[in-house]
Amino acid sequence: MNNNGAALLRTGQPIPQSEIPRLSLVDFRRVVIDGVGERQRVAALFGHAPQATDPVEVYAILADSARGTLRVARSVLDGEQFPSMTPDCPQVHLFEREIAEQYGVVPQNHPWFKPVRFHRSYRLGHDAWNRKDEAPLIGVTNFYRVNGEEIHEVAVGPVHAGVIEPGHFRFQCHGENVLHLEISLGYQHRGVERAIIGGPNKRSMHMMEVVAGDASIGHATAYCQVVESLNGLQVPIRGDALRGIALELERLANHTGDLGALAGDVGFLPTASYCGRIRGDFLNLTALLCGSRFGRGMIRPGGVPFDLGDERKQQFVQRLERAYQDVANAVNLLWESASVQARFEGTGTVPHDVCVDLGLVGPTARACGVETDVRHDFPSGIFRFAQIPISTWQTGDVFARAYIRWLEIQRSVGFIQKQLKELPGGPIRTKTGSLKANHLVVSLVEGWRGMICHAALTDDQGRFARYKIVDPSFHNWFGLAMALREQQISDFPLCNKSFNLSYCGHDL
Amino acid sequence: MLDVTLARLKQGHRTISYPAKVPTLPDRFRGLPVIDSSKCPDGCQGCIEACPTDAISIHSSGLRLDLGRCLFCTDCSEACPEGAIAYSQEHRLAVRKREDLIYDGSTLKLAEALDEKSRRIFGRSLKLRQVCAAGSGACEADLNVLGTVVFDLGRFGIQFVASPRHADGLVVTGPVSENMRLALLETYAAIPAPKLVIAVGAEAISGGIFRGHDEVHDGAADLIPVDLFIPGWPPHPLTILDGLLRFLGRLDETKRLH
Repeated sequence: MNNNGAALLRTGQPIPQSEIPRLSLVDFRRVVIDGVGERQRVAALFGHAPQATDPVEVYAILADSARGTLRVARSVLDGEQFPSMTPDCPQVHLFEREIAEQYGVVPQNHPWFKPVRFHRSYRLGHDAWNRKDEAPLIGVTNFYRVNGEEIHEVAVGPVHAGVIEPGHFRFQCHGENVLHLEISLGYQHRGVERAIIGGPNKRSMHMMEVVAGDASIGHATAYCQVVESLNGLQVPIRGDALRGIALELERLANHTGDLGALAGDVGFLPTASYCGRIRGDFLNLTALLCGSRFGRGMIRPGGVPFDLGDERKQQFVQRLERAYQDVANAVNLLWESASVQARFEGTGTVPHDVCVDLGLVGPTARACGVETDVRHDFPSGIFRFAQIPISTWQTGDVFARAYIRWLEIQRSVGFIQKQLKELPGGPIRTKTGSLKANHLVVSLVEGWRGMICHAALTDDQGRFARYKIVDPSFHNWFGLAMALREQQISDFPLCNKSFNLSYCGHDL
Repeated sequence: MLDVTLARLKQGHRTISYPAKVPTLPDRFRGLPVIDSSKCPDGCQGCIEACPTDAISIHSSGLRLDLGRCLFCTDCSEACPEGAIAYSQEHRLAVRKREDLIYDGSTLKLAEALDEKSRRIFGRSLKLRQVCAAGSGACEADLNVLGTVVFDLGRFGIQFVASPRHADGLVVTGPVSENMRLALLETYAAIPAPKLVIAVGAEAISGGIFRGHDEVHDGAADLIPVDLFIPGWPPHPLTILDGLLRFLGRLDETKRLH
């Protein structure tokens, strides 16, 4: 095994920054491009420059599922430009654009070089597009256009017809047929990463719970693992088990809601209305645990603040069983209805090789037959002791993305039931202190949308000098664009829902 | 087809009888805070310092909590060994004026109904356009929940519509990012007058956890006039529904069954 000079570590294992090799840009590129060639995945690629006058340093974190290890490398950019890796390694296309936007450095020969979130550079005076110092206007970029007499363009958003988050979509169409979809986001940008620098402070934990509001448990767990690793402490096993239960409940609620919404988008109202309600039953189970339907307050550094006593557990078990019976009944109608299957099958297909090239994650990747699941590949917390089988399907279409959700609902319910039966005794939380100075830690969690990656660099005071958040949506939005190729534009809502990506998780 | 009919029988009728009866909320649900300033030791600043959104301040009359900033987290109550701040199960929180959200523990001035003229226009049919302006997806989710069979918003004549041209009002969520400012203002402008604006959640009311960021506008109220504030992080669907019905003068609590 050739590491090409990268440091090896595990999820949640802090290493001193001095042990991360500073590679030449040529060697750094080799770590990334060769690593991806060996089926590693780019979990994060980000810049760092403590001061505007400092040179920009880039960090790469590659996830090696086969070995359960992470590789970390870094390199200091020489000047304001660097050769883009995207032509050799499409997985990094959005990461490079993000580095360009945040630090005002240009990846040369990037084939799709546009802003990601439309904000000013972190290094004032350095702008990758040579824009003036005033704030850039959202959505002003050179959109891809197909020319031709019969070609028309459809622009949708930022405000959409439903009660959902904002984003801009441009379709190049020939009649009903979509030749190309371009997705331009950034409307939800709230400055999360910038605000975390200098922390942890009294806001940090709460901000993590709204990185993506429907994945509060996932992001809060990733953040807490960062803090706990940098404290060098272990969460009590009962706390780990309760965190695992909360994470799977979040998956249950969202997967159930998505299956209902998919049914709604093909006009199959029974499943749509049942699942809308049953999603609430799962949310209410989370509220039974911690008072909040979205799990706000459930995950805290050192463990969990809310225990599950015997009486509560009994109630929990009964309500989970009832909700599971209901969701099984509602969802199985989908697979038995020819009219639903006719709309799901063959719609919005992402080919396996496209999925691998783009580095898609989560249920979307598993629906393309890619065996990837952080709970299995990079287990932390309770998943070190309790394994959940990876659910995969081969077809990569709307059906596959729907069916994966149903498979995962069954696995998650089984997991929670088992945990409740074997719930370990002991405390649920330990005290945390200050963070190790000048360290790096990477924390991975399988959120319901896929791999959540948090990477933190601390300064010599043990404060966050850089905090990188990669929501699974960041990997997957381009997958949606590819799924729409040669589809009917009227199938967009169905395809979109089958991904159900987070706008704010992407925009941060 | 038979399966669909059998499933219908199995799933049953699940719409709650609200507002005639309020469903039981979970015992750990954090509703309207309970403040007892008499328990505060002299000079103690524990809760004030702990609050992530600086929602708490102390005055000669005691503690004041800005419900518009409150995340309904437990940081204040954990910081107070005396128990001067706790949470009740009270889900009713909506008010008409921003200053009514500054709560001292006595009575919260819940939203008054619209005047009679407005009620004649909106009272039996209210169409709302929702704009998520950097909301996290949770407030939006609990607005969507009102459309499920559990709450069945349609039975109150309230509906979310796709076009601002079809709307009587605007529901805003999120702290209003700079990148959504123009879209929010244009959507507001596209709604025909007379129109109503409802801010849902701590972020839409005050910026919440993002308050003070350069990238956001600390909520909707500085940009457009807000007629109803529904606090929470996110507000419980019942809190939102209570606010809407109260606003429309559709809530007669004297007829409530217990």
